[in-house]
Amino acid sequence: MKLLVIAGPPSAGKTSLTKQIIKRFKDELRVAFLKIDVVKAYEDIELSREFQIMTRKIYSGDLCPDHAGVMVLGDAVEWAESKAADLFIVESAGLCLRCSPYLNQGLGVVVLSSMAGIHTPEKMGAMVSLADIAVVTKIDLISQAEREVLIQKIKDVHPNVILMETNALQGTSLHRLYELISHSEDIDKDNLYLKGNPPIGTCTICVGKKEIGWKHHFGVVKKLDGQIAEYLYRGE
Amino acid sequence: MIEGITILPGLDKAGSKERFEKLTLIAGETVSIVGPTGSGKTALISDIELLAQGDTSTKRRILINGEVPAEEVRYNPALKPIAMITQNTKCFTDLSTEEFLHIHAKARKIVDKKIILDTIELANKFTGEKINKETRVTVLSGGQTRSLLIADAILIGAAPVILLDEIENAGIFKQEVIDIIQSTSKIIIFVTHDPVIALLTKKRIIMENGAVKKVLCQNEFETKAAENLLELDKRVGFIREELRAGNEITKELISVSFA
Repeated sequence: MKLLVIAGPPSAGKTSLTKQIIKRFKDELRVAFLKIDVVKAYEDIELSREFQIMTRKIYSGDLCPDHAGVMVLGDAVEWAESKAADLFIVESAGLCLRCSPYLNQGLGVVVLSSMAGIHTPEKMGAMVSLADIAVVTKIDLISQAEREVLIQKIKDVHPNVILMETNALQGTSLHRLYELISHSEDIDKDNLYLKGNPPIGTCTICVGKKEIGWKHHFGVVKKLDGQIAEYLYRGE
Repeated sequence: MIEGITILPGLDKAGSKERFEKLTLIAGETVSIVGPTGSGKTALISDIELLAQGDTSTKRRILINGEVPAEEVRYNPALKPIAMITQNTKCFTDLSTEEFLHIHAKARKIVDKKIILDTIELANKFTGEKINKETRVTVLSGGQTRSLLIADAILIGAAPVILLDEIENAGIFKQEVIDIIQSTSKIIIFVTHDPVIALLTKKRIIMENGAVKKVLCQNEFETKAAENLLELDKRVGFIREELRAGNEITKELISVSFA
């Protein structure tokens, strides 16, 4: 089974891209789809109705969505394999931009809208810097020069990413993505790991303490000024 | 070196194959694409810009010098031989004009910093409202944006193929643009509703229902007609600038312009 993890901010065009991928592969591969979202998602209903593929969704609710993703992905891979899927697509809502949902196997795709701000690629951190492929969408809405400026910004963050531009509603220029999916290797489900580092372990905020200000918390605290501990991880 | 680009037929809106075998445009040639709204003009230049390989809605394929372009040429802006000015007259990038051009020059692997001010200077030849290097591109007017993007395409894009989508619509000095562009050995493709631009180009592609309907070559009579129209256009342009400057149109002015 091939695995494709698609991430990106809301309204970037993840689902439009997913639809193009499913349209391209549904006749040659058995496709399964999982949507991870926080409050509401309709993609599972939409995609199963449009393409008659197997779909699931999971709401993270009060849990951090990336945390929820890590928790459920093991079960989800089992589910997709039990349904004899050849291609398993996971669409995750990238929200706080601290983490990225990509795994050490399969392909990680970040979807960015060309209407996003010029600093968006930097702000998105690991979601861009750990992706295998970056797809820039809505290219019909801006000038070529502006597209090239955005692409340069993405390359500054991640020089080795495979970049492509598309109008995802029409599915233009996606041959290269389809080739990469076709040639991606089957995953070994017992050896799946997160590519990025998870955030720092539990603290009083994680367990629900609401008071504002570091004095009210213990565990990992950070003041407005001053260093945090040397051993702490500071992003990719 | 680009000697020519070749368009291989795709499908019209009804899904039937276009009725031409191949269409080759050669260096130094000016081409216009005409046809009613929705006839597929913009889709055709988008295909050229994306170097489509059957992977756009029209299913057309584009060859460079008779060959399928390498993947890298399609996806790396620094190698892309095509610059396109779309109908967009708005920039969303929150950068100053100078920063914007700087990053674009970097994307195109140009090291000479002088190109940034040269581009702004050229843009200011195309528009009546001066652009400063500090101006943020998000607040440029439609005409300023177009002028900047055309200057950018000529100098920073510096591409051997330039695609211009309805440049007549943006309140810029189109004659200046045409003069500068025609003095190069580039392939210039205009999508246009403007009779002057259409008649001044060597080839005219006529679109209908998403497909290329026919291709006409400029004849002697049309060249003459274009010259006359150009004269008329200059006079209309003169009146337009008077109106834009808030002046009244007097009898004398009309007799000077349309004598």
